[in-house]
Amino acid sequence: MKAFAALIDGLVFMPSRNGKLRLMADYFARAPDPDRGWALAALTEGLSFPAAKAGLIRALAAERVDPALFAWSYDYVGDLAETVSLIWPERPTGAPPPALGEVVERLQAARRMEVPGLIEGWLDALGASERFALLKLITGGLRVGVSARLAKTALAGFGGREVAEIEELWHGLAPPYRALFAWLEGHGGRPETRDAATFRPLMLATPLEEGDLDGLDPAAYRAEWKWDGIRVQLAACGGRRRLFSRTGDEIGGAFPEIVDAMSFEAVLDGELLVARPETRGGDVEIAPFNRLQQRLNRKTVTAKMLADDPAWVRLYDILVEDGEDIRPLPFDRRRARLEAWYGRTRPGRMDLSPLVPFDDWSTLADIRAGARANAIEGLMLKRGDSPYVAGRPKGPWFKWKRGPLLLDVVLMYAQRGHGKRSSFYSDFTFGAWRPDGRGGDELVPVGKAYFGFTDEELGRLDRWVRNHTVERYGPVRAVSPELVLEVAFDSVHRSTRHKSGVAMRFPRVHRIRWDKPASEADRLATLEAMIVD
Amino acid sequence: MTAAPKPESWVRVLPEGLYVDPGGFFIDPPRAVDRAVISHGHADHARPHHGHVLATPETLAIMRQRYGANAGAAQQALACGETLRVGAVDVRLVPAGHVLGSAQVVLDYDGSRVVVSGDYKRSPDPTCAPFEPVPCDVFVTEATFGLPVFRHPPVAAELDKLLRSLALFPERAHVVGVYALGKCQRLIALLREAGHDRPIYLHGALKGLCDLYERQGVALGPLEPATVAGGGREAREKFRGAVVLAPPSAIADRWSRRLPDPVVAAASGWMRVRQRARQRGVELPMVISDHADWDELIATIEETGAPEIWVTHGREEALVLQAGKLGRRARALALVGREEEDDAG
Ligand SMILES: [Zn+2]
Ligand SMILES: [Zn+2]
Repeated sequence: MKAFAALIDGLVFMPSRNGKLRLMADYFARAPDPDRGWALAALTEGLSFPAAKAGLIRALAAERVDPALFAWSYDYVGDLAETVSLIWPERPTGAPPPALGEVVERLQAARRMEVPGLIEGWLDALGASERFALLKLITGGLRVGVSARLAKTALAGFGGREVAEIEELWHGLAPPYRALFAWLEGHGGRPETRDAATFRPLMLATPLEEGDLDGLDPAAYRAEWKWDGIRVQLAACGGRRRLFSRTGDEIGGAFPEIVDAMSFEAVLDGELLVARPETRGGDVEIAPFNRLQQRLNRKTVTAKMLADDPAWVRLYDILVEDGEDIRPLPFDRRRARLEAWYGRTRPGRMDLSPLVPFDDWSTLADIRAGARANAIEGLMLKRGDSPYVAGRPKGPWFKWKRGPLLLDVVLMYAQRGHGKRSSFYSDFTFGAWRPDGRGGDELVPVGKAYFGFTDEELGRLDRWVRNHTVERYGPVRAVSPELVLEVAFDSVHRSTRHKSGVAMRFPRVHRIRWDKPASEADRLATLEAMIVD
Repeated sequence: MTAAPKPESWVRVLPEGLYVDPGGFFIDPPRAVDRAVISHGHADHARPHHGHVLATPETLAIMRQRYGANAGAAQQALACGETLRVGAVDVRLVPAGHVLGSAQVVLDYDGSRVVVSGDYKRSPDPTCAPFEPVPCDVFVTEATFGLPVFRHPPVAAELDKLLRSLALFPERAHVVGVYALGKCQRLIALLREAGHDRPIYLHGALKGLCDLYERQGVALGPLEPATVAGGGREAREKFRGAVVLAPPSAIADRWSRRLPDPVVAAASGWMRVRQRARQRGVELPMVISDHADWDELIATIEETGAPEIWVTHGREEALVLQAGKLGRRARALALVGREEEDDAG
């Protein structure tokens, strides 16, 4: 427990990523099995002890410490596990301090009623730092600023391997990972995992930069839509099914309907969306991203969520088919295999992301500019001869994000900013025109923008606001409706919380149209037409 | 035989500080007074400009180093263990184990004894004489770490954190925040005991007191200034894997950024609470304190056998409560002029 506690303390205080990697690698090299394996499980959030709750810890402390002293101390320290670890008045029992492995294994085997006694005994046998590590470990959430990915990266560094290799094995292994450590230390073979439904690190695209296209041969590339969901990997092998996020975290628990639909033998790459298949014309109707987000961080799913926001996967690629790893094949061959496989298998809750045909880059640019569906984030360009490799190589795959939506709006209110901008009017509320019901037009606020202008423009805007103020409400000034702003935004959604009935996603000032008369600014109806909910 | 006078009748709290009536002097007064007895050289105890100062020879040397001509118009040394009659009071100074020269002030008046601890600790310190408990009627104790969460771990284990980090990051300088008086020299001495014999580099603010310790017979080994002046890259190379000591205010500051990729460390009892350490930008906290921790405070109260405990200088409420539970009459002494943590934790 001592070495693990030192690791936890080191990680808590270590600000740099490299330093964290070094601390973990050092620990893996020094700590024995099975301790280091359990530590790895804790760092990758693979451990939980439902019977050990904060309330239990508090109750144990209350039996030994004066309530006033405890309250003052907790107040000062601010963290329950830390307070208890520091204040715990040991009653030496003569029992040796437990190793990390012993703690984990005994807790896992214990019946619920035995848990308090176990913990109390360990608290007596351990020092303060070890108590802290113990309490953090068993109550869940080490909060040491280490992601599962970072822990695996440290493990790879420790064993002189690529992190991709670890990722591939990962879900076929279980703590305390003895075979994995033996392999990494060179005194064991690569762990055989009979479970093939493991994560294959994703191939990622680099953003397309200005001028990149000039050097690229359009005939060598395929285009497909980049959907606005989350990238996932579906692995169904030998009876096991897993849905992975792009970092290899298992998220199948939150999307059981997808896991249910994975009655096949394949590993697929796709985009997770919320969508309804049963709409007119048979088209899949994709819901806005925020609907997906609502389902993402749930541990359990209700029937209502399944009915209201059903999940869907739009498939991009196939990595493994019937046990055959086809990642080395070129994209075109994999695409042909994907289409044939899909035609045969017809899995539920999934469809193919179509290729977008094009002859040259300018045609493709037009297609991209014309894409207005909110579910489209842009285009992906993939070389027809590219094998599927882990990571983000530059060249084979590009993402070409869609240009933002634009709207000309009229400045209505300005508010002082924060921090170094606090002396400037820098928060701008703007509006679009709509009929006022009496034969004329009125402005209705449609959004607020805080950025998108240079410091020089900010100064000029600030002066303009001061010279055109018609009314003041505290820090806010209403200005006369004369200045047109061209705002850019990613998408627009219906909203009941806004007077206009719409809400923009990420609005920012694109240009200040000092030249344009306010009467020529856009109308609310134009904005409403951009909604594709 | 008449009963001894009640302690509160002759040792009182005045606006200037704790006053010993029959002796006509203050103990560690926060303001300049005519006559002062000073427990040790920390600035929250030893103020400049007193008319007459009584203290150990080491404390007087420290005050002269810090305040020069303002260290006190008249200075009188009293070695530990010796007794001096001041007015109607016998004054004796007894080691407090806090820093070089630190002493408890033992006051005997007409059969009544009050011991003012000053600051003290019970864990060993190679740079000063250890604390000696003195039986008394009233023990006036400090309470810097007067909460039961403050329990200092063994010093060796804390020092080991620094040694391990030096081994793990041999290319990085290790900048340790230390108070100039006491902690600095104690840490150096501990490193030397642990076999660290490389030069230790000192921020300019630490040099004077290290020299003073050496003159007082505390060997500190090779010390060098932590300056990079006049040198470029090579001048900085010497700091790789080296221990650099600096005042706490300098460790997370521009000063330490001149060093190669510094590991920011600190040695203080306040490092016990992780959030505190993180707030100060410390990545390697060492819980090494020159003050008694909670357990030591309680043990010392019991050892003195004093039926009455006056608590000052820190978190009085918790210690008052605990002393009460141990059957002592306990109260907080409301002395002004002390802020939490401005003392050398
Ligand atoms: Zn002090
Ligand atoms: Zn003090």
